[in-house]
Amino acid sequence: MEQKSDVWQGTLALMVLKTLNALGPLHGYGIARRIEQTSENLLSINHGTLYPVLLKLEQEGSIDSEWGISDNNRKAKFYRITKSGKKELTAAEREWQRANDIMARFSALQGESS
Amino acid sequence: MKSLRRGWKRLLGSFSRENSDMSDELQSHIEMQTEDNVRAGMHPEEARRQARLKFGGLDSMKEYYRDQRGLPWLETTFADLRYAVRSLRKSPAFTIVAVLTLAIGIGATTAVFSVVDGVLIKALPYPDPDALVGVWHSAVIEGGTSRNVNHSASMYVTYLDNNRTFQEFGVWNNGASSVTGIGEPEQLRTFRVTYGVLRAFGVQPATGRWFSEADDSPGTPETVILMYGYWQRRFGGDSQILGRTVRVDSRPRQVIGVMPATFQLNGNPEIILPLRFDRGQLPSTFAYAGVARLKPNVTIAQANADLERMIPIWAEQFKMQRFASLDLRAAIRPLKEDVVGDIANVLWVLMGTIGIVLLIACANVANLMLVRADGRQQELAIRTALGAGRGRIARELLVGSLFLGALGGLGGLALAYAGLRVLVAIGPANLPRLSEITIDARVLAFAITISLASGLFFGVITVIKFARPRIATVLRGGERTASQSRDRHRSQSTLVVVQVALALVLLVGSGLMIRSFRALRNVQPGFSQPERVQTLRLAIPPAQVADAEAVTRMQKAILDKLAAIPGVASDGLIDGLPMDLGTQSSSPVSVEGQLDDGGLPPVRRIKFVSPGLFQTLGIPLIAGRDFTWNEIYVKSEVALVSDNFAKQNWGDARAALGKRIREGTGGHWREVIGVAGDVYDNGANQPPAFIVYWPARVQSASMGVPEYTPRSVAFAIRSDRTGTESFLKQIQEAVWSVNSNLPIAQVQTLNDVYEQSMRQTSFTLIMLAIAGAVALTLGIIGIYGVLSYAVSRREREIGIRLALGARQREVEGMFVKRGLVLASVGVGIGLVAAAGITRLLSSLLFGIGPLDPVTYIAVPLVLVTAAAAASYLPARRAVRVDPAITLRHE
Repeated sequence: MEQKSDVWQGTLALMVLKTLNALGPLHGYGIARRIEQTSENLLSINHGTLYPVLLKLEQEGSIDSEWGISDNNRKAKFYRITKSGKKELTAAEREWQRANDIMARFSALQGESS
Repeated sequence: MKSLRRGWKRLLGSFSRENSDMSDELQSHIEMQTEDNVRAGMHPEEARRQARLKFGGLDSMKEYYRDQRGLPWLETTFADLRYAVRSLRKSPAFTIVAVLTLAIGIGATTAVFSVVDGVLIKALPYPDPDALVGVWHSAVIEGGTSRNVNHSASMYVTYLDNNRTFQEFGVWNNGASSVTGIGEPEQLRTFRVTYGVLRAFGVQPATGRWFSEADDSPGTPETVILMYGYWQRRFGGDSQILGRTVRVDSRPRQVIGVMPATFQLNGNPEIILPLRFDRGQLPSTFAYAGVARLKPNVTIAQANADLERMIPIWAEQFKMQRFASLDLRAAIRPLKEDVVGDIANVLWVLMGTIGIVLLIACANVANLMLVRADGRQQELAIRTALGAGRGRIARELLVGSLFLGALGGLGGLALAYAGLRVLVAIGPANLPRLSEITIDARVLAFAITISLASGLFFGVITVIKFARPRIATVLRGGERTASQSRDRHRSQSTLVVVQVALALVLLVGSGLMIRSFRALRNVQPGFSQPERVQTLRLAIPPAQVADAEAVTRMQKAILDKLAAIPGVASDGLIDGLPMDLGTQSSSPVSVEGQLDDGGLPPVRRIKFVSPGLFQTLGIPLIAGRDFTWNEIYVKSEVALVSDNFAKQNWGDARAALGKRIREGTGGHWREVIGVAGDVYDNGANQPPAFIVYWPARVQSASMGVPEYTPRSVAFAIRSDRTGTESFLKQIQEAVWSVNSNLPIAQVQTLNDVYEQSMRQTSFTLIMLAIAGAVALTLGIIGIYGVLSYAVSRREREIGIRLALGARQREVEGMFVKRGLVLASVGVGIGLVAAAGITRLLSSLLFGIGPLDPVTYIAVPLVLVTAAAAASYLPARRAVRVDPAITLRHE
């Protein structure tokens, strides 16, 4: 079995935003499942850790929530990305992209010398 | 921005109750996972278990969620607050006493602070007030140095022309003028200024313009500026007022401006008139106060140097070398000192006094809090044992006391609002800047600060004492079984001692003031039965009666009419009533035969009087006789002098008769025909003035004026009917039967004048006495409280003692002794403190020293007696306890 990675807070928030942005309104369970699926189960999260992140994002105004009915007829809270959340996401993605680029360059450097 | 928004949401979250919401959400999450697991083929039981595992710690998550949703410290503070409110509601007696005590302390302090702030601290309400200065001279007069020597017109002209440091400069004085032609004739307080004065103040008129140099010059149309209050009162705020003509002292003057409501002046004048000096013929009296606005960056020291440079120029130009003996120097000071005057001393004493009352109040509440916390020892110990942190308990105690402080502050503000009205009403009439005394933002901030500081004060005391309960002792039940140890109530005892000491300081202060006031009252002012003497002031303007002799005849006619009123014993007139500090004038007076070295003779109080005046005021004639009307009509060169003047110059009253004196160094000699008793003209707390009485009409009064008749004089009437409505009406009819255009001003008895002169002392006295009484009461309550509590804790011990045969008297004595020990220690400390602190009162005392032995013996006696009574009450209650009942409790 492949080793699963732990998820740290900052990236989890980004994943939540990205997921909501791509798929539209989702409830907490849906978000958790989707993140696992997207990472092809490489990422395993304690679903509980998701909720503080959702709360924080909502308090910051990046997402908002509404009670609704899930596919299998269960009452659930649906989260949706807001305008400022989208802005937040774009900025964060750019940030990640840049960090990745830099890291990639360093990785390439190492490869040559060894 | 993001974190700000989040903080706000969390703040809101603290108030909402969405916890069940979250529970639902997490629940449904687990349900969905379970269902998915079942669908994936798990056994339902196993599916639920896996779902929970996947989710992680549900409860820790909820906890975390709760913390993040709101602000936990805020929530616990709210919980503490709710707890505080609940426990205060549960013991209403404690709450009422504590809040009331605090409210009195905070209210009084706030009220006095608002006065101190309005009068002493706030900047003057003029633009750039720091550049405003009062221009004065210092001079050596009768051996002493006076720093309040004002200007003569020639000085004004000199300084105006030659100064290098004043941006604006002018001189002013206060006066009174009658205004006729609009309703009843009326006498108004006037502010008379050269054109530079209003420019120096820098306050633009609400409408119209300032005086110009032209308004100051003789020969131009005469003008007047109205103060806002008079404009409102007399003209209803008429917007067409500019250009209207008002008859001031029977001469038409054009209204050229109205000052705004915010422009206030000492003495509350109603109209502003230009002072007109004819440069060819300047009056020589020193009668004008100076005010200046300094040029930017000029210091007072520089301005003083500038003024001292100009004094020789003035002496040279106007041939004033004879004033050399005065040693005139510059004494420029911030204008604020002029405006505030000597009231500052009284106000600071008052502020200190009230501060002490607040301290005592806080000590009292702290004591109550300690007693309450003591009752909670067991609960606190149990909570500590269960793991409550010290911080948590300390916070709860602090929140409780801060809340109490806030409640007290709220009550205090209400009291301050009411108290301020009282304070302003009983305050000295010369309390300056009255209109600026309000409860404004700064006073509010002060009240909030002292409320919280008070709360913190007794809160911290409680925390230090109880935040770390001695768990073992308390839980072992030691509390109930042991008699109180000496250490147990040390802090309470300390507080009581502090209270007694502070109360003693205040009582000594008020004792000293009472003794001063009595001493003042015992001074025979020089006149008798002032409550029988009705006085009023009449001014006959030149425009109405131009001829000086006609003025005298009109005054005589009025005196005759007044004398004809039934019940009038005698009457007379004088230009300045005794002790009426606003109307006195002084001049140098030389005595014939005394060395005349060309210098300035000593300055004496000058009064112009009519025949009958001495009899009317009850001033005895020690030698010689009164003036006659004939002497007045023919302008005889005669004079009366005061007894001390006669003794100083000729050794004896009789020796004075026939001697000659004169005003200044020129003019006619006048023969002394009588000697009148000494009068405390400067107030009972000053030595009697050296007075020279001239007849109410003289030739060549002061330098250069050919003849002089006082036109504004006080009429005095001695009658048993003084003060009655019918009498006043008859007086008015009598005056108006002679001249219906004369406004009747300053209707008061001589006793009113006398009281007015003591107002500052009586005001200080009343305030200190109130503070002292409050302090005494609080101190006594403190002693009573501590002893009552001690008794209630020791009921068991008392029961045992009584059961074993102790006599009631002995047990009583035990408690009374403790009360007396506390009081004595407090008194001892208080005496030392009082001896130091009451020195600050020195300037307000009269006839006694700050270490007056009577006060220092009487006050401790009163305090100790009161303390003994306060201790006896709880002690007696203790021995009334039936030992059987007390012991059965166990």
